[in-house]
Amino acid sequence: MKLTDEEQAMLAGKSGESARWAIDHMLKVGQMFDARDLVPVSQAHMMVDPESAGEAGVAFMEQLAQQGGRVAIPMLTDPRGVDLDYYRPLGQTEAMADLDRRTASALSRMGILMTNTCINYQTIMPPVLGDHVAFGDTGVVIYSNSVCGARSNFEGGPSALAAGLTGRTPRYGLHLDEHRRATKRFVVRVQPAGLTDWGVLGAVIGKAAGSYWEVPVIEGIAAAPKSDELKHFGAAMASFGSTPLFHIVGITPEAPTLAAVGGDKLSANEVTAADLAAMRSNFGAAGEKVDVVVFAAPQLSLVEMQQVADLIRGQRVHKDTALLVCTSPQVYPDATRMGFVADIEQAGGKVLQGTCFYQQHAREIGLANGWKRLLSNSAKIVNILGGYGYEPALAAMEDCVASALEGRVVSAKVRA
Amino acid sequence: MKQLKCHKGIGPVVEGVALVAQDNFSARYDLDRIKGVFSRPQHALAGQSYDGKILVLNTAKGGVASAWMLHEMKSRGITPRAILFNAANTILAQGAALADLAMVDRFEDGDVTTLIKTGDRLRVEPELGLVTILD
Repeated sequence: MKLTDEEQAMLAGKSGESARWAIDHMLKVGQMFDARDLVPVSQAHMMVDPESAGEAGVAFMEQLAQQGGRVAIPMLTDPRGVDLDYYRPLGQTEAMADLDRRTASALSRMGILMTNTCINYQTIMPPVLGDHVAFGDTGVVIYSNSVCGARSNFEGGPSALAAGLTGRTPRYGLHLDEHRRATKRFVVRVQPAGLTDWGVLGAVIGKAAGSYWEVPVIEGIAAAPKSDELKHFGAAMASFGSTPLFHIVGITPEAPTLAAVGGDKLSANEVTAADLAAMRSNFGAAGEKVDVVVFAAPQLSLVEMQQVADLIRGQRVHKDTALLVCTSPQVYPDATRMGFVADIEQAGGKVLQGTCFYQQHAREIGLANGWKRLLSNSAKIVNILGGYGYEPALAAMEDCVASALEGRVVSAKVRA
Repeated sequence: MKQLKCHKGIGPVVEGVALVAQDNFSARYDLDRIKGVFSRPQHALAGQSYDGKILVLNTAKGGVASAWMLHEMKSRGITPRAILFNAANTILAQGAALADLAMVDRFEDGDVTTLIKTGDRLRVEPELGLVTILD
């Protein structure tokens, strides 16, 4: 790989040990993916839940901080493993909280902004068309690539950190034009209505795409979706397919036409009502007792917080059911000021800030509380949590709230 | 002795014994990382120890979180010695770089899970893009 003089100096240790490690790390990764050089990036976003980093990962970050590591560009963090204001009641341990405190301390010393959010593209600084960035969290990457037209690979915590410390990342994958062309063409005949419909559509297309190197282009979407809808669409697609980029013809910035992304040369795959129904049928549980209802994955926007508050205000969650709502530390103060947090908590729910349920030791929380049957409006979360001992079910937001009040899964609304 | 060419990879030169399956690999969902065994019942290697083995599998699955996991496993001394894939994913490759674990993929002669058999003794040279079956 070709390095600039400045990068060679970093590799020689002239900017300190942390920058030396970062360049060395990027050379290893870049060589595996045939990167010809490093590309400057404007922002980094790091996934660093202590559940996956473990003691060793936290110690590694502390060492970088100890060596004087300091980020060269704005760098944000993904949700944390615990909400430090509310973890014991969930059955989370002091050891989990300590690991989180140590992580936050080390990262802050390096100048990393502890934003603790997976909706930074809605709340902090959305990247712009052609903007090279180094983002973690598959939902953040797919939204930023597809809706904003930014350029990022899935950067795991260590690689995002290397990018933050140097302001660069290896130029491979989604940084290159040739990997952003459409490889699979889908035609949608049924217009999605609401967040969960968008999540299910994303899941079906992600599963059909099925790999990091496939780029779906979607035709047939009649009107511009809302940001929250595309958030659920992308998060589900990335979760079911490891897919980091999609194009929607006439809507996302790189696909003003089908031909603009090379989709005219691809044969069309129809997404039928039967495909969507088959996906939903994996997560049905009408009539069954529900242990916990979760709104998360991705964290809720202020608009979603208002929607949940409007549905639940003045009512009471069933005594045998828990209701958890995860939002970002940026949205939380607004949602408090506007009364949405009080509406949800006076009804017996709990709003967590800076976490996202599936990456806050969800397996241990489930065991500690005896939770099995979980209901959510997030197609992403129901896909993940089966692997963590839950029996996940999917329903629209209004049906999730109705189920929390009833204590059992109410029949999903039939949608046209 | 048979030599297999692959794409240039990550990590040190290692030797060891192969453990092969046509399945995929998720550090998060397929393993009991404390005991060092494959734990997901549906996995072809369920119940088998991966500690010190050279794993030969189809592709890597799992989200961004798994980038930390090879490093965490290595810190406790219970890891595969190397992982060979038909196609690695970007996240696990980043994880191998952090952990300094040998990883290669994209074999010229086709499906690596049929080119190598469980029990074969292997030498893996990531920098050269070369795997040698020693027996």
